[in-house]
Amino acid sequence: MQIAQSKTSASPWRLLPLQQLIPWIVPAGLIFVWQVLSQLGLLSTRILPAPTAIVQAAIQLTLSGELIANVGISLYRALVGFLIGGSIGFGLGLLNGISPIAERFLDSTVQMIRNIPHLALIPLVILWFGIGDPARLFLVALGVFFPIYINTFHGIRSLDPNLLEMGEVYGLRPRELFWTIILPGALPSILVGLRYALGIMWVTLIVAETIAANSGIGYMAMNAREFMQTDVVVLSILMYALLGKLADSIVRVLEHWWLPWHPSQGI
Amino acid sequence: MMTQIEYQGMSIHSVKYENGARLKIQNLSKAFGDFQVLKDINLEVSPGEFVTVVGKSGCGKSTLLRLLGGLDQPTQGQIYQNGQVLQGLNRDARVMFQDSRLLPWRRVLDNVSLGLKHQAQQQGQWALDQVGLGDRPQQWIMQLSGGQRQRVALARALVSQPRLLLLDEPLGALDALTRIGMQNLIETLWQEQRFTALLVTHDVEEAVCLGDRVIVIEEGNITLNLPITLPRPRDTASVPFAELKVQILDRILKRQRPPVSEPAYTAPLFAT
Ligand SMILES: Nc1ncnc2c1ncn2[C@@H]1O[C@H](COP(=O)(O)OP(=O)(O)OP(=O)(O)O)[C@@H](O)[C@H]1O
Ligand SMILES: [Mg+2]
Repeated sequence: MQIAQSKTSASPWRLLPLQQLIPWIVPAGLIFVWQVLSQLGLLSTRILPAPTAIVQAAIQLTLSGELIANVGISLYRALVGFLIGGSIGFGLGLLNGISPIAERFLDSTVQMIRNIPHLALIPLVILWFGIGDPARLFLVALGVFFPIYINTFHGIRSLDPNLLEMGEVYGLRPRELFWTIILPGALPSILVGLRYALGIMWVTLIVAETIAANSGIGYMAMNAREFMQTDVVVLSILMYALLGKLADSIVRVLEHWWLPWHPSQGI
Repeated sequence: MMTQIEYQGMSIHSVKYENGARLKIQNLSKAFGDFQVLKDINLEVSPGEFVTVVGKSGCGKSTLLRLLGGLDQPTQGQIYQNGQVLQGLNRDARVMFQDSRLLPWRRVLDNVSLGLKHQAQQQGQWALDQVGLGDRPQQWIMQLSGGQRQRVALARALVSQPRLLLLDEPLGALDALTRIGMQNLIETLWQEQRFTALLVTHDVEEAVCLGDRVIVIEEGNITLNLPITLPRPRDTASVPFAELKVQILDRILKRQRPPVSEPAYTAPLFAT
């Protein structure tokens, strides 16, 4: 029975452990070479610490609670900034997408502000907010706002007007029209914006935490740099990479849940 | 006359026989800006009648259908439906277009039951059974072929038992074999449910095959209004069928032919 099931599933060969291992061979080999070079002294620890040294640093900082505290505070900043910027962007995108009057009033203003790279505002933002969390949250929110806004707006505007007309013919009221046609139709585009926004969220946070902070992953890295602890610096970089990957996976799961009908889901 | 249909043990549907809409189109004109698309159209359609509309591209066929569906408003003139002037969206009508206009994010059954308030699932399933897709209610639209999509669109149009079905080249994008299957399906469902039907098509053969009457529109005027009295189902290979086809084609293409000495079949001709 088990065998029969796996045979009928879409791609049974992907379930084989050997096939899953193939993509990992090259990275594992590289790490192995790196380790060997470090141990032979060919790679100075000032440039790159040995992989085992990084693992040791990770264990040590985890035990002391430092790692978790710093990752936690970075995650918190990312999330709060994202929620503020994302919800404003989403709301404004919906409003301007649905109401042409609102679009006339607001869209060109938003487009003008969009041309300013938000990281260029850092000196000004520090003047406004000082170097505390509000400045970082502001930058993250601003960075996240645009991709969410643009893609929500564009997703609604590029809806097939024929579908909306059809919805009206079939007696859908405005509220039903929104939930059955407008929002699901714009969702693929919104998720593209979400993925984009998450990338910008991390980049913004890295820059903001590196420039001025007394906690967070960026602070951990800059602090370690002063003491030449390259293992902690690399560990911090890896933490950013890991969190970035995590965010990306979350979007993938959302796409899987929300867009089961989409060709990207392999139906 | 109302008849309850037993369906899967439930009496869910009341089919209203002889309930097709009666249409009276009076001095109907439609202009877009300065451009006069329909000019003073007059037409009457009896309840349950099947009228097919042919004409060159851009002559105003879709415009006429949109006016009947209440999707656009006439510049002049009125449409009476069962004696009442049509205003706003025509709630008794359903429109089917060349593109199926299905929602890709809803499964087949949920597309068909769109906008239904009561027993949506059962009624949707009933309509899907009617078009022969009762076995795939849970598929996504993307997984269907073009012909299957049009059948879903037909099921969605018919599920609410419209009194008027407006078809704007619904089979235009289908291959020849699928077309014939769909024509038969539409004819059968029309015969069962007796709604009034208006079908716009580019295919004169399709028009003669399905219509009780064929209407030719030229530059915004009805220039031919030709009853087809051949018995159904119609034999497209028969001589009278071919002659009707030629007559309509000649009209559209403005071809002159020497009069045939002994026509095998003469159809009455009302030019307006
Ligand atoms: N919304 C509109 N605004 C301006 N002009 C329009 C509009 N809709 C239709 N027209 C014009 O009206 C004319 C008739 O259009 P219509 O769509 O009714 O033609 P049709 O007979 O259906 O053609 P086809 O067979 O190609 O579908 C065309 O010249 C078209 O450009
Ligand atoms: Mg048309």
